Amino acid sequence: MTISQNPETTLDRDAETGGSQLMISMQGVNKHFGPLHVLRDIDLEVARGQVVVILGPSGSGKSTLCRTINRLETVDAGSISIDGRALPQEGKALTRYRADVGMVFQSFNLFAHKTILENVMLAPLKVRRLSKVAARDRAMALLERVGIANQADKLPAQLSGGQQQRVAIARALAMEPKVMLFDEPTSALDPEMVTEVLDVMTSLAKGGMTMLVVTHEMGFARRAADRVVFMAGGQILEDTTPGQFFTAPATARARDFLGKILSH
Amino acid sequence: MEILTEYGDQLLTAFIRTIQLAALSAVGALVLGTLLAAMRVSPVWALRTVATAYVNIVRNTPLTLVVLFASFGLAQQLGITLVDAKSPTSITDSSFRLAVLAFSLYTATFVCESIRAGVNTIPVGQSEAARSLGLGFTQGLRYIVLPQAFRAVIGPLGSILIALIKNTTVASVIGVAEAALLMKEVIENTSALIVVGLIFALGFMCLTLPTGAAFSHLSKKLAVRT
Repeated sequence: MTISQNPETTLDRDAETGGSQLMISMQGVNKHFGPLHVLRDIDLEVARGQVVVILGPSGSGKSTLCRTINRLETVDAGSISIDGRALPQEGKALTRYRADVGMVFQSFNLFAHKTILENVMLAPLKVRRLSKVAARDRAMALLERVGIANQADKLPAQLSGGQQQRVAIARALAMEPKVMLFDEPTSALDPEMVTEVLDVMTSLAKGGMTMLVVTHEMGFARRAADRVVFMAGGQILEDTTPGQFFTAPATARARDFLGKILSH
Repeated sequence: MEILTEYGDQLLTAFIRTIQLAALSAVGALVLGTLLAAMRVSPVWALRTVATAYVNIVRNTPLTLVVLFASFGLAQQLGITLVDAKSPTSITDSSFRLAVLAFSLYTATFVCESIRAGVNTIPVGQSEAARSLGLGFTQGLRYIVLPQAFRAVIGPLGSILIALIKNTTVASVIGVAEAALLMKEVIENTSALIVVGLIFALGFMCLTLPTGAAFSHLSKKLAVRT
């Protein structure tokens, strides 16, 4: 896969093929939190339809990396683009860009004062300007797909963690995003609820969605990922296939990490 | 008892005036206070600075001065009277409307600070989720953050409304015919200071106690469960 870094040629290719093959592109991204260098020269490219799992010890910068892609965290240097479109600064352009990038958070972040259905309908209504009927139909279809349609009129606090996270996925999908970002989607869940969320994510991956998933779920990485990216100390140390990564990790840091995770 | 029979009608009229003052000012304060709170949490430096300066200046000025400024400063010096000068009731209307303006401007600062405290109780994830869905700052505030912030501070807003109801007595200094002005008059005429004082205190409690009860009921009913 050859990647053009010139935005104009990328646009030309868009016109010819109806969309860039390169969905997420990060070039030379650097970020500091005060004295802490959390992202060091990150270069990451994700092709359309690819599922990339980011692994690494806590504090390695994986969540921060995920959050920079829709500018929930700003970067100090480097460029980020989605589907050939550069990440804008603040303003209308940024909200339009974010509308195309779905995000699922560790703590679900469902709107606490709105019902499940309202949670899923809100952005299609207010951002995409869908009619009420259309937004409702789309929301119900998605809730059906994640298995929560019968809870549509409840408030988030009345649902279990696993159910809330599935609603959060439906809410993001309601915007018909080009990319889905998952920031440790199962880390706040009781063990028996992890599967129901991973099942939804796996079916999404099989359906061809471009996904970037920060997680500690090795099973999901093996089963659903096209690529595994291993981060430590703010750097990408490995970028390979799940098979390669889990059987023969190239770096000592990754071997150490896998040893600790897989030994229990 | 004689006082009640003699002044009963006036008492009612005066307290209705008090209620009108408080209700209109409450609406004004709520609207302006919400706007100020939105400005104070906005990412725009200029808006934050203006709102912060406004709150700090007005909140720390005695209410009597704010009311007097509205009357003498606006009406008499600048000629801003908020009424049609040809209307036969222009003088009383003017002082009433200026009093509502003054109370709104003053109480808005407290409403603003309450709502801002409420905004701070909303987990940051709520606005992050809003932003990640493509909602702009104003949309996130309007649909996600402020509705939850309001529900969190209904109790404090009730206290502010009670304070406002009692503060309306200050309007008597610019001659608005509300309860406190009538009280002065009745005391001068009857010299029954304690009895008259009790009657008016009771009158205010009839307004403030139900207000407090209603707000604590609403506060429980509308609380956002997480």
